[in-house]
Amino acid sequence: MTRRERTVDVLVVGAGPAGLGAAAGLAASGVRRVEVLERDRDPGGIPRHCHHDGFGTRRTTGGLTGPAYARRCAAAAEAAGATLRTGITATGWAGPRTLDTTGPDGLERITARAVVLATGARERPRSARLVPGTRPAGVYTTGELQQAVHLHHQHIGTRAVIVGDEPVSLAAAETLRTAGVRVVARITGLPPEPCAALRPRDRAPLLTRTTVTALTGRPRLTGVAVRHEDGRTTTLPCDTVVFTGDWIPDHELARRGGVVLDPGTRGPAHDAAYRTGANGVFAVGSLLHGGESAETATAEGRAVTAPVLRHLTTGAWPAGRPALAVTEPLQWVAPNLVGPDGEPLPGRLTLRTGRRLTAPLLVVRQDGAVLHRGRLPRTLRPGSSFRLPAGWLVRADRQGGTVQITVG
Amino acid sequence: MNPTVTRAGDPLPGGPPYDVAVVGAGVVGTAIARELARHRLRTALVEASDDIGNGTSKANTAILHTGFDAVPGSLEARLVREGQRRLTAYAAGTGIPVERVGALLVAWDEEQLAALPALLAKAERNGYHAARLLDAQETAAREPHLGPGALGALEIPDEAVVCPWTPPLAFATQAVRAGVHLHLDCPVRHLAYDDGVHTLTTGRGPLRARLLINAAGLHADEIDRKLGHDTFTVTPRRGQLIVFDKLARDLVRHILLPVPTAAGKGVLVAPTVFGNVLLGPTAEELDDKTATGSTAEGLALLREKGRRILPRLLDEEVTAVYAGLRAATGHEDYRIRAVPEQRYIAVGGIRSTGLTASMAIAAHVTSLLPRAGLDPGEPAELPPLTMPSLGERDDRPYLRADLIARDPAYGTVVCHCERVTAGEIRDALHSTLPPATAGGLARRTRAGNGRCQGFHCGAAIRARVEEARP
Ligand SMILES: Cc1cc2nc3c(=O)[nH]c(=O)nc-3n(C[C@H](O)[C@H](O)[C@H](O)COP(=O)(O)OP(=O)(O)OC[C@H]3O[C@@H](n4cnc5c(N)ncnc54)[C@H](O)[C@@H]3O)c2cc1C
Ligand SMILES: Cc1cc2nc3c(=O)[nH]c(=O)nc-3n(C[C@H](O)[C@H](O)[C@H](O)COP(=O)(O)OP(=O)(O)OC[C@H]3O[C@@H](n4cnc5c(N)ncnc54)[C@H](O)[C@@H]3O)c2cc1C
Repeated sequence: MTRRERTVDVLVVGAGPAGLGAAAGLAASGVRRVEVLERDRDPGGIPRHCHHDGFGTRRTTGGLTGPAYARRCAAAAEAAGATLRTGITATGWAGPRTLDTTGPDGLERITARAVVLATGARERPRSARLVPGTRPAGVYTTGELQQAVHLHHQHIGTRAVIVGDEPVSLAAAETLRTAGVRVVARITGLPPEPCAALRPRDRAPLLTRTTVTALTGRPRLTGVAVRHEDGRTTTLPCDTVVFTGDWIPDHELARRGGVVLDPGTRGPAHDAAYRTGANGVFAVGSLLHGGESAETATAEGRAVTAPVLRHLTTGAWPAGRPALAVTEPLQWVAPNLVGPDGEPLPGRLTLRTGRRLTAPLLVVRQDGAVLHRGRLPRTLRPGSSFRLPAGWLVRADRQGGTVQITVG
Repeated sequence: MNPTVTRAGDPLPGGPPYDVAVVGAGVVGTAIARELARHRLRTALVEASDDIGNGTSKANTAILHTGFDAVPGSLEARLVREGQRRLTAYAAGTGIPVERVGALLVAWDEEQLAALPALLAKAERNGYHAARLLDAQETAAREPHLGPGALGALEIPDEAVVCPWTPPLAFATQAVRAGVHLHLDCPVRHLAYDDGVHTLTTGRGPLRARLLINAAGLHADEIDRKLGHDTFTVTPRRGQLIVFDKLARDLVRHILLPVPTAAGKGVLVAPTVFGNVLLGPTAEELDDKTATGSTAEGLALLREKGRRILPRLLDEEVTAVYAGLRAATGHEDYRIRAVPEQRYIAVGGIRSTGLTASMAIAAHVTSLLPRAGLDPGEPAELPPLTMPSLGERDDRPYLRADLIARDPAYGTVVCHCERVTAGEIRDALHSTLPPATAGGLARRTRAGNGRCQGFHCGAAIRARVEEARP
């Protein structure tokens, strides 16, 4: 095996909004050798193939399409002086901060003083959701669908069913419409939203409290069998089905490097400074939680700058931090580690619920003691996250046990 | 010689009848075709589907059996034992991945524990002498992640896992390179035997042959009936399987077999040569030969069994779910017989060991040719063949500096989950037997078979398949 051995100051894996945000921030703050590895031919991550508006806030970008947002992120990183290397995959670890790579120019072994993982997230495919039935053609995730339509101009079909009710399901609907496919239904296992009547007219009917029980047809999909909550079953005739949302972080590289995962997010466990359990390894973006906006990913990338700089100067790394965890119906919280004494605490936490909650009472305990008890005067919906101010964390024992957030 | 491979829309070659027509290009039919290719015979391999190995042969548990638990004295026992030796040697020569991980038959209750010595004795009767009993402590030491309550195990150190897709592809590639005609998209609908010649009426017209070999898998009974026999009936027995993510691979070291009961062989957990972990199969008697779908009940049953065997497995992501149909005949052996008066050989009932036994079945069938009225003459050696290495233990192209230096396409990863490069995809699309679909490409390269199931690369892979289509 012949690998070119190289060293850099910071190695960023993944040139999506998060990785590019980190690279831009770090290079702009004077770190000399910031290198971003991207396995795809083009930088930008998921937004590369989201040919619709909705990227960046009106305030920051004026609202952009995905590809424009991707270009803007890449340009910012390069302008700041980061090196962007596309077509290069980080394939594994050769040491705590040493990564092996493959690219058309050969194999490398790159050692960095700090590694920032920004490998993103994917939608769970049909198989991982254990949806039974045949294995026909015409089954997509939104990610694959968008690439098929926008990057490869492939023929999709005529009638589609969309599974899922997260914001990305609307992106799927729009992509299908662009491809001339009629959306016959969207399906969610969740109950209807009270103001569902206000949904725009042109949207396909949303079947709530409905689960997909099987796919039928071979070699091409002919229908999606569903069961309603009252036990009724129907088959929706269609030749295309898109499984949307239900994110799973692309955590393979992290895990192969011994980075411990958070059981809720299935992304690397991390503290407010984006430090994982592995010394010198940071993580940002969808890899931490999936399903947030690109702007959140960019912001996390930018926010990792100061902690990385600090690490490059002091070499310090915390150990044995208490975890932050949630119980049902809450699904996950991020960050999910509490930094050690003397470290800044997260001002607020990001959480997700699996069930609709109206003004829930949230109770936070650590080792039997109540750290916080309070109502969140809002309606929390599954499929999009909510923030929880975390001033009460000052009362946490930073040598103590898990900080548990429950719905009272 | 230019290989002859015809597909939908192509005319079938005319001219004198073939010496032999083999119906069915599963692992058994392709192995037979390869064996026939060693003789000076004009052979046609006739397949209904658009690819070889596209039936039961693509959906099994991929274990290279020792035959330790076969019915002693049966044809199956002999051919599995011999087939294991042959395929192991062939795999080593052609680069088909095999991992000799060994198997543990784990006893979970006193009754199962009590059954192990008899299984050991059966292994001995099958000529397998390396099996041995392990106590609970040894079992736990061998498999640290096993669920609680394992009382002991029978170890079969020579059970191995193999790539299920490369063997039929290698057999068929060697066969067509040596002159066998492969006719895909060519379902045999009717058969007539007259004056020493079979006329096969196919979906693409008539095809004639002087000897017929029926290797039609699930449909072997129908072919048999078309020749006026009523000797066996294939009852499909479905096996559903769950493939877990590669990150689960470190949880298991051996093939973990259940102790067989009257109710069947039961659900196993096994590593794959691709670095995944398999859980399955179910055993469901059906009457629909196309019922290769999975069911909620089947998957729930597998998860329940899996939780007992390897609890942590259930926390890992699922990569794929599939189902295959075993060609059961209600008879505990293969149904291979020659019918001299019709110049016909039936290869039926190749149930749950056909991958292992394939090469031995082929040799056995060839040995029956004289009895069926054909003297095949002396066999010749076939030119050696090297198949692309698909095994996770091999140095796959993305890890090979030498290959990438010669051709940067081997450094361009297209399928990220399985690390399949543009070079490998191009090679498969321009091989002797190029795939017609993305599924066929996946069986040749693993592209698209990974945890994202196409989220990242599905569209790009389809684009490459479509571009290569003539
Ligand atoms: C269909 C869809 C529609 C969306 N619509 C919107 C929207 O309208 N508005 C919005 O704000 N957000 C939207 N999002 C969410 C947004 O795309 C994500 O929040 C954002 O892309 C996350 O950025 P990231 O950098 O963390 O990850 P990603 O964008 O996923 O980038 C990760 C990058 O890492 C690379 N990578 C991974 N592993 C390796 C490796 N081993 N070596 C080298 N490179 C690697 C990947 O190729 C990828 O480029 C949408 C998402 C999807 C899927
Ligand atoms: C769940 C499961 C697990 C298994 N596990 C293992 C294992 O671990 N190890 C092992 O050794 N074996 C295993 N097996 C068994 C093995 O897969 C089979 O024995 C083997 O694949 C049978 O091969 P075949 O060529 O006979 O059948 P097939 O692969 O089904 O091939 C028959 C071919 O004939 C074609 N055909 C049918 N009718 C016609 C027609 N009229 N005209 C033209 N073509 C026709 C079909 O299209 C098909 O391609 C397993 C099987 C199953 C189902």
